[in-house]
Amino acid sequence: MKAFAALYRELDATTSSLAKQAALQRYLQDAAPADAAWAVYFLAGGKPRQLVPTKLLRLLAQDAAGLPEWLFDESYEAVGDLAETISLLLPPPTEQHELGLAGWVELHLLPLRALGKTNPAALPDTLRAQWQRLASEERLVYFKLMTGSFRVGVSRLQVTQALAAVAGVDAKRVAQRLMGYTHISGQPAAADYAALVAAESSGELNQKTSGQPYPFFLAHPFNVDIDQFDVLLGPPANWIVEWKWDGIRAQLVKRAGQVWLWSRGEELVTERFPELAAMGEALPDGTVLDGEIAVWSEDKVRPFADLQKRIGRKTLGPKLLRDIPVVLLAYDLLEWQGRDLRAMPQAERRVLMDDLVTQLQHPQLITSPMLNGESWQDLARQREAAREMGVEGMMLKQRQAAYGVGRTKDVGTWWKWKIDPLSVDAVLIYAQRGHGRRASLYSDYTFAVWDATPGIPERKLVPFAKAYSGLTDEEMGRVDAVIRKTTVESFGPVRSVKPTLVFELGFEGIARSSRHKSGIAVRFPRMLRWREDKSVEEADTLETLAALLPS
Amino acid sequence: MDLIVARPEGLYCAAGDFYIDPWRPVAHAVITHAHSDHARTGHGHYLAHTDSEGTLRTRLGEITLQTLVYGETLERNGVKISLHPAGHVLGSAQVRVEHRGEVWVASGDYKTEADGTCAPFEPVPCDTFITESTFGLPIYRWPAQQVLLAEINAWWQRNADEGRASVLFCYAFGKAQRILHGVDAGIGPLIVHGAVEPLNAVYRAAGVALPPTLRVTDSDVTPAMLKRALVLAPPSAQGTPWMRRFGNYSDAFASGWMQVRGTRRRRGVDRGFVMSDHADWPGLQNAITGTGADRVMVTHGSVAVLVRWLRESGLQAEAFKTEYGDEDVADQPAPDVAAQTKASDPADDVDEAGA
Repeated sequence: MKAFAALYRELDATTSSLAKQAALQRYLQDAAPADAAWAVYFLAGGKPRQLVPTKLLRLLAQDAAGLPEWLFDESYEAVGDLAETISLLLPPPTEQHELGLAGWVELHLLPLRALGKTNPAALPDTLRAQWQRLASEERLVYFKLMTGSFRVGVSRLQVTQALAAVAGVDAKRVAQRLMGYTHISGQPAAADYAALVAAESSGELNQKTSGQPYPFFLAHPFNVDIDQFDVLLGPPANWIVEWKWDGIRAQLVKRAGQVWLWSRGEELVTERFPELAAMGEALPDGTVLDGEIAVWSEDKVRPFADLQKRIGRKTLGPKLLRDIPVVLLAYDLLEWQGRDLRAMPQAERRVLMDDLVTQLQHPQLITSPMLNGESWQDLARQREAAREMGVEGMMLKQRQAAYGVGRTKDVGTWWKWKIDPLSVDAVLIYAQRGHGRRASLYSDYTFAVWDATPGIPERKLVPFAKAYSGLTDEEMGRVDAVIRKTTVESFGPVRSVKPTLVFELGFEGIARSSRHKSGIAVRFPRMLRWREDKSVEEADTLETLAALLPS
Repeated sequence: MDLIVARPEGLYCAAGDFYIDPWRPVAHAVITHAHSDHARTGHGHYLAHTDSEGTLRTRLGEITLQTLVYGETLERNGVKISLHPAGHVLGSAQVRVEHRGEVWVASGDYKTEADGTCAPFEPVPCDTFITESTFGLPIYRWPAQQVLLAEINAWWQRNADEGRASVLFCYAFGKAQRILHGVDAGIGPLIVHGAVEPLNAVYRAAGVALPPTLRVTDSDVTPAMLKRALVLAPPSAQGTPWMRRFGNYSDAFASGWMQVRGTRRRRGVDRGFVMSDHADWPGLQNAITGTGADRVMVTHGSVAVLVRWLRESGLQAEAFKTEYGDEDVADQPAPDVAAQTKASDPADDVDEAGA
């Protein structure tokens, strides 16, 4: 635990990727394999299920620190992170320990969940006994693991690279081995770590029985002027053009009679989409499809909001399955008859995939149609229908491209040619402090539009979206100053302000919603621009917003 | 009427007709210490500790200044005034004011741990204690000075071993000298920014032991020396062309605000050392209890929090509105949001975390 806490501190202390890489490699080389197994799990983004109710943790910490609730809350607000607040407030340790990370996770942290169910009354004493043995640096890590807020500015890619360096194995191979490693109920042991850094085996190259997907190949944004397309891309004939679907990117793996459905977040989602699992049963062994999970009815994709209703559910009743049916919009075939096709050109993979889908004739498996255009201008015209169709734009895939790993461009490129976001001019009416790096800045805002056109007396501002990204640090500092000067009321961490600030707010999608006061929900809202040139009176209205709704 | 009240000009003692650390020009000013937010220009007459003379004259130029040593009493209109160690920086003092048997003590800025470069804080018994509250939240607990210095030494040593300069941003008056006094000068050369050296001279003149320091422009400073050096510079030097000469350096910031991870990260330095010349939360509590005062007036910092906490602990506590800041913040290079809004929002402690 000490070594892992020291690693956390070292990673946290530097902004240099080189220094982070060096620290990771040093740790992995020195750590016991059982500890390294868990370290990789957490660093690569793994999170166990909630171990202790946050509320209980707050109460116990407050009590141990001898503070009234309000003072604990004040402290939390200043710090902006619960785990850090608690580790700063607890009295110093009274005992010592020599247990490593694996010991702490397996003997102390994970059993808390079961204890909370079988004997909740024992939880407080158990927790106190645990933290009394940890030094303050270790406590930060301990509570962060407990609250699920362990993040330290290391990407999964960096962890992959460190493992690859330590193992002397190609990073792509390590990336494959890491797939599924950070599953929520993962229990990585020394042997699992050993497998991550083992020399490549012949069995690994012939993964006939493995449920592992391939690392996803990711697209890059393409935002250039239409008249540059020919120069940069050549003729459209060199490209496969498809719609860019707004769903969940997924790989469907069928090997040795079993089906695995993986989301891009490397989460195994097979059970969430039983109809896709059933469809997978019908595929021959040794098949891996790449595509998008989307809600589909009457030959049309439905808004992402519908898909969200399914993601959020733990149990899927027959009604939900009937009302919100999903399909896999397949666009790539990564494995066929047990053969890894990723080095094969995109166009050839596509032909094989189309044949497969045609033969299977399954209602839950649809190919993402290829779009044809005589010229880029022609495609640009077709793209104008994107919003109406509920898609985000187009995907451009080189016909000759192999299927790469992650955001690499060395074996081919996928471009996402997205439509411009929808936008309105909205007024900032509430502000809240941020977290982490922005803990003391008012950086999270609620925006409103008018409920009537100018000139109508007593028209009101109606909140409709929250956004916290899109401003530079400098702009955010200035906005923060205005918020402090124009505060009307404070409710805990939130301030209402006198409406003075107008922002151009961009978003990807818009839908009616009964859960929002405005009757409208927007997707991915963010600040495009601070409209210092506009007065509050000139901001948009609910009517303007409603006009953007798909018909 | 209270012996000391908050007026628009500053804290005012009507019986003695003088102000303590006023922020607008007045006839008679008692100055707790020479930081710019406490010692301002334009007063008719200044009273301060003997060790503040050097810094006050350097900073304020021609002033009428009378000095006292700690414990020495001056009487004015029947009011007894004396200065007592505050442990904040060289010459920093708490002001004890006695009138008709009633005793008030104004702390100015203080810290309770001895740092070796100035007379350590002494609790002064009083009826009413005016305390600062810069770090008035229980999350602020300082590491012991030796632990802190060991961390700085270890960071410096590692950088020196790897052949890169260690640039430590710290306030030029007080903290820089505290670091110079405490670090292991055997690790490498000590180089100081132009804003730091004049204050070193004041400390040396007052008999504080500081190791030899160099300016980067000194002719005997070689590029090889820079790679092993500890460089002390004010926070305002961060990101300026002055930094370029140090090449691939590691940087750090020494401030109490570094206790919070988010602040440390926003500062954009490699390391944050939790080092303050203000009292931490336990320090504030001990100081307040140590005075035996049953009434406490709280100034600059976490005013609302400390007032409420003290009231719940059974003391009579009130807020005094002042225009003092925190030197770590006052020294910011860019237009600083926290500093601009602080005066209008004294209760909002974490604003200063913008440092």
